[in-house]
Amino acid sequence: MAHPLAAQLNSLLAALILLSAFALLTQRKKMAIVHTFAWQGLFLAISTAVIGFASGEHHLYISSLLTLAMKVILLPYILYSLIIKLKIHREIDAVVNIPSTMLIGLVLVVFSYHLTAPIRELSSLMTRSTLAVALATVMLGMLMMVTRRHAVTQILGFLEMENGLFFAATSATYGMPMVVELGVALDLLIAAFIFGIFFFHINTNFDSLDVDQMAKLREMD
Amino acid sequence: MTLHPFAMEFLQVGLVVGLAPGFAGWIKVLKCRLQGRAAPGIIQPYRDIRRLFSKDVVLAENASWIFRFTPYLVFGVTVMIGGIIPLISVELPLASTADVIALVMLFGIIRFFTALAGMDIGTAFGGMGSSREMTISSLAEPAMLMAVFAVSLASNSTSLTQMVSVMTQTDFSIRPSLAFALAAFILIALAETGRIPVDNPATHLELTMIHEAMLLEYSGRHLALIEWAGMMKLVLFFGLGIAAFCPWGISPSGDPGRLALAFVLLAAKLLLGGAIMVLIETCLAKMRIFRLPDYLGSAFLLATLGMIAFFILE
Amino acid sequence: MIILSLLGISILVALILAFVGDWKYAPEVNISGSLLTFAVSLVLAFQVYGEGGSVAGSTYFFVDYLNISLVVLTTLVSTTTAIFSRRYMRLEREHGRVGHWRMRFYHAMFQLFIFAMLIALLTNNFGVLWISMELATLATVLLVSLYRTPNSIEAAWKYFILCGVGIAQALFGTVLLYFAAERVLGAGGDALLWTNLSRVSAQLDPTVLRLAFVFLMVGYGTKAGLVPLHNWLPDAHSEGPTPISAVLSGLLLNIALYALIRCKALVDGSLGPGFAGNIMMGFGLISLLTAAFSMLRQKDIKRLFAYSSIEHMGIATFAFGLGGPLATFGGVLHMLVHSLAKSATFFSVGHAAQMHGTQEMAKIRGLIKGNPAVGWGLFLGVMALAGMPPFGIFTSEFLILTATMKEAPWLAPPLLLGLTVAFAALFFKVQPMVAGGKAPGQQALTAANIPVFLHLALVLAPGVYLPVFLADWFHLAVEILR
Repeated sequence: MAHPLAAQLNSLLAALILLSAFALLTQRKKMAIVHTFAWQGLFLAISTAVIGFASGEHHLYISSLLTLAMKVILLPYILYSLIIKLKIHREIDAVVNIPSTMLIGLVLVVFSYHLTAPIRELSSLMTRSTLAVALATVMLGMLMMVTRRHAVTQILGFLEMENGLFFAATSATYGMPMVVELGVALDLLIAAFIFGIFFFHINTNFDSLDVDQMAKLREMD
Repeated sequence: MTLHPFAMEFLQVGLVVGLAPGFAGWIKVLKCRLQGRAAPGIIQPYRDIRRLFSKDVVLAENASWIFRFTPYLVFGVTVMIGGIIPLISVELPLASTADVIALVMLFGIIRFFTALAGMDIGTAFGGMGSSREMTISSLAEPAMLMAVFAVSLASNSTSLTQMVSVMTQTDFSIRPSLAFALAAFILIALAETGRIPVDNPATHLELTMIHEAMLLEYSGRHLALIEWAGMMKLVLFFGLGIAAFCPWGISPSGDPGRLALAFVLLAAKLLLGGAIMVLIETCLAKMRIFRLPDYLGSAFLLATLGMIAFFILE
Repeated sequence: MIILSLLGISILVALILAFVGDWKYAPEVNISGSLLTFAVSLVLAFQVYGEGGSVAGSTYFFVDYLNISLVVLTTLVSTTTAIFSRRYMRLEREHGRVGHWRMRFYHAMFQLFIFAMLIALLTNNFGVLWISMELATLATVLLVSLYRTPNSIEAAWKYFILCGVGIAQALFGTVLLYFAAERVLGAGGDALLWTNLSRVSAQLDPTVLRLAFVFLMVGYGTKAGLVPLHNWLPDAHSEGPTPISAVLSGLLLNIALYALIRCKALVDGSLGPGFAGNIMMGFGLISLLTAAFSMLRQKDIKRLFAYSSIEHMGIATFAFGLGGPLATFGGVLHMLVHSLAKSATFFSVGHAAQMHGTQEMAKIRGLIKGNPAVGWGLFLGVMALAGMPPFGIFTSEFLILTATMKEAPWLAPPLLLGLTVAFAALFFKVQPMVAGGKAPGQQALTAANIPVFLHLALVLAPGVYLPVFLADWFHLAVEILR
């Protein structure tokens, strides 16, 4: 594609998405985490629009708008109001050892780069190098879910994984077919409602959203 | 008529030595204005240095040769670094003596001797300052090296003059690796030069000091030399950042017209950079010391991300 | 057309029940809705038998021999579960464990869950398969925590998170699959259709498919309950209301396995049968052994049977991984009869737990004396699950074992070990519950007997006599997977 500036802009946005993934790993305040997630969604939406412009695939504009509506406006708003209602906006997460988490994150980035190398060889799209960033975002989302002890931040890790997957779809194949994208967005919306309800159940039952409290069911009783 | 390289060298060193206090004064004036105080005037640092030179040196009885030697060493090495970093021209004969790695090591020599001098007399505050400074440097130096590596990847060489030449000659393009490296460099520069949010240069409370604590025992011309070297270090870090990330305008030859242009651009960049730094300093508060590993870890992370981004995205 | 009406019925009933779910006759509405879907699926089955496979809804849906058998099974089990749920949930409602809103929610989500599973079975598009699997999970998450006890909330949370993470991997695998497909079939929705992909599977790039299959295996394997991704299963299947445990164990695991074998069929076309088959055999065997040994240590009756589900899914995965006509036949048969036997067992377990007010096996005693239908139902169900002849599970396990001896004889000892340990565990745990004197505090109740014995009869049938048309049917289904 004869759009070198678009390709560079896309690389820059991919770098920013990766940076926001790391930022999500290390933030302490709940509100800051939600804001960072919104920024990541914004970078994702802009990147999708840029790719849509450069590749001529106009359905990507629709995807970009969908991402903007859901991941930048709707989901952060839902999370924001949940956090306020649950009165946890002043709580600070006890994050497990920031420097080692970041080192593990770096290792995951290198690993995902290695894993997607064969795809990069085969692909002829201008976005082929950002597939590594997409897979890295998915893995960093998983790392975030593993290292966090609070239900809300675990869900944010899960949503970050979805961000990474969406980015992978646009990087590898200029987006999935529209019907699949719409279906995934619908699933995400339903999941958002469900975990919203969940937070209230957990809060009512356990009086806190600390996930460590929910560890009573064991493999071998 | 082009200037001989040696002449350019002397010119640059002279500029650094002569104008560094002015730059420090400019920073001070901006900071005071932003904080709503009356400023002491841009040439106040010159007055301070002159005053200090005219005062007697008061030495402790158990001060060793290290204590007396350090100010001269610090000043000398800083002047030498001033001759290595290309500020207005790339044709510097001294530039080939050290690439960025050696440059980091030179800064390290300065810090090493300062720390030794801080511990030399045996006071508690000196020792505390030295240990804090060494902690910061042990975390900051790897990050600094990573950041300059990220920059050197783009130009395939660790020599600063080479980096400047490559950067000025290639077309402008958005490079994520450089963006990350720049962010990391800013964080590290704040740590290395001892500014807020790492260390408050204007504090008078010994327990909050990091860099100042090592210099508590110095007086007279020793203190003048060390203070002057500190001001030069600030200018040089800015110069390093400008040479690595924003080198457009640095003259590739000895042509006086271009040199003059380079000087004007350099002055503009320094003034702008100074203003940004003052803004950062005014908006942030000093971090607690046990938060420093997180801060410097983030810098390391950004620098490494820059390197990785180079391989992944470029 | 028929396919669309099949789907339309269940979503319509779901909507109706959302409003009238707590009505006195809501369970009857539920039952009739499911019965209607079963009837339509039978019509569809006859059509397939007569004309072969077909595509509908502008290539979005399709039926062939494999998925129609699963569709018929799903609708049948949903009908019988609805019949069971009528008695069971009425008792729960009387005891006050479930309120007005929750009954509506329960009934609506039950039908929505069936709807999602039917879409997953009937869709032609791999992306839509993913979407409907996620939808099925989401529909049941809040049902697992229906009773709002701390344990159930924890179970539902684990279910949500672990399955969510797992299925995200499957989405990545689908993206990679689309990437490989796009290079051969061109961009657009057609590249994800099974009918197109199975034609060109030899041309799909092997490296990409290898990577894609690993992610798909991890993703759909989590949903199928394969070890080591199974942590959510014992909790989720034991904490919800029993009808939900029955459909989760009996139906959802099958759908996940179905997705997996479709993917394997594609990968085999490109990479040859070794790669995917070995991975599946490995996972299957580990699941079998881990579950069998875990069963020895269970104290909760529903957890015991949840681990039994993991074990049987492991056997089926192993069978499909082994490949070849004999093992695949055994695998398909196993999926079907295990569904029937497991749901029958869960029905009896549900009533047993209600009779004693607890799920702990140590406190349940004397079922045959107290309520012979429940007691014998449980006993016969366990016999079926353990693989006793003449039940159908013995037939499928025997076929699988024979195939293993032929193709990979060194894997037969672990397989036998797992089967034996599971057998022993089940017997050891269940025998004290059914025989002997009644436990104090046992309450009488009228059980829903028809579903249990209907299922058991259906499980018995293939063990005794497999009708010719069914045998042909399975052969044709196996052909699809070659």
